[in-house]
Amino acid sequence: MGLKRNVSLKDALRYQGKGPMLTYFLHRLGGLGMVTFVGLHVLASFMGGTVGRSINIIYENWVFQIVIFFLVLFHMINGLRIIILDLWPKLIEHQREAIWLEWMVFLPVYGMAVYVIVSTALGV
Amino acid sequence: MAAKNRTLSLSKRGFDFEIFMWLYTRLSALAMYLCAFIGLVGALIMGAHTQVNFADLLRWSFMPDSNHVLMNTTLNNIANAAAWASVYWKLMGSLFVAFAVSHGLHGVLSVEEDYLKNPVVRKILRYVVLALTIVGIAIAMDVIWTR
Repeated sequence: MGLKRNVSLKDALRYQGKGPMLTYFLHRLGGLGMVTFVGLHVLASFMGGTVGRSINIIYENWVFQIVIFFLVLFHMINGLRIIILDLWPKLIEHQREAIWLEWMVFLPVYGMAVYVIVSTALGV
Repeated sequence: MAAKNRTLSLSKRGFDFEIFMWLYTRLSALAMYLCAFIGLVGALIMGAHTQVNFADLLRWSFMPDSNHVLMNTTLNNIANAAAWASVYWKLMGSLFVAFAVSHGLHGVLSVEEDYLKNPVVRKILRYVVLALTIVGIAIAMDVIWTR
């Protein structure tokens, strides 16, 4: 099929559901990102040596921590929404509100995490 | 107004491997929430409130392994380092890792199966994912138990 697509990536991300689609996309991005980066972090700790230590220095860098905390916390909080809606299917009536609620939980939690990461990095 | 029942009973739906893993993905996520919560409460019981900074407390909650915290900044502040390195926390960390690796790699499988059309490739990748799960858990166990 090659690289040519009928739908641009920008349009694909806006596909129909908008808000729900965004959470779906970020959930997959977070999951794959965690498998890659947390997996590399564990592998680096296992290997040790110069290579392992350099990987973990990058992983522990505060800029990288801001990214990884986004992936982890979004996947955690969105996952909790998915679990609640899946295990209590009657709540699916309120899925739009559930996504608003999810952002209302995620933003302060992530904001607090970023604040702690940055203030620790600056040594405040 | 009678509410329409939109869910299928388990007997109509069948209970195969995919349904099992669907449920496992959700239950293992809840189990990981529980692991993190136990780690957080355990750390506070061990004196984290005064002896560990907030960043290390978070780090400990995500993986209750003493090296995960002690190799950083707070070694000198912790009163009872042996408690943080006990077998209980190694077991709790192992449980956490087993849930995380199996949950995560099954997630990779479901993403990959969404996009790949070739049935032979998909079948091969199922065994690759199974092998990676076993190797991943083994590597993480080694990190937790031998250093």
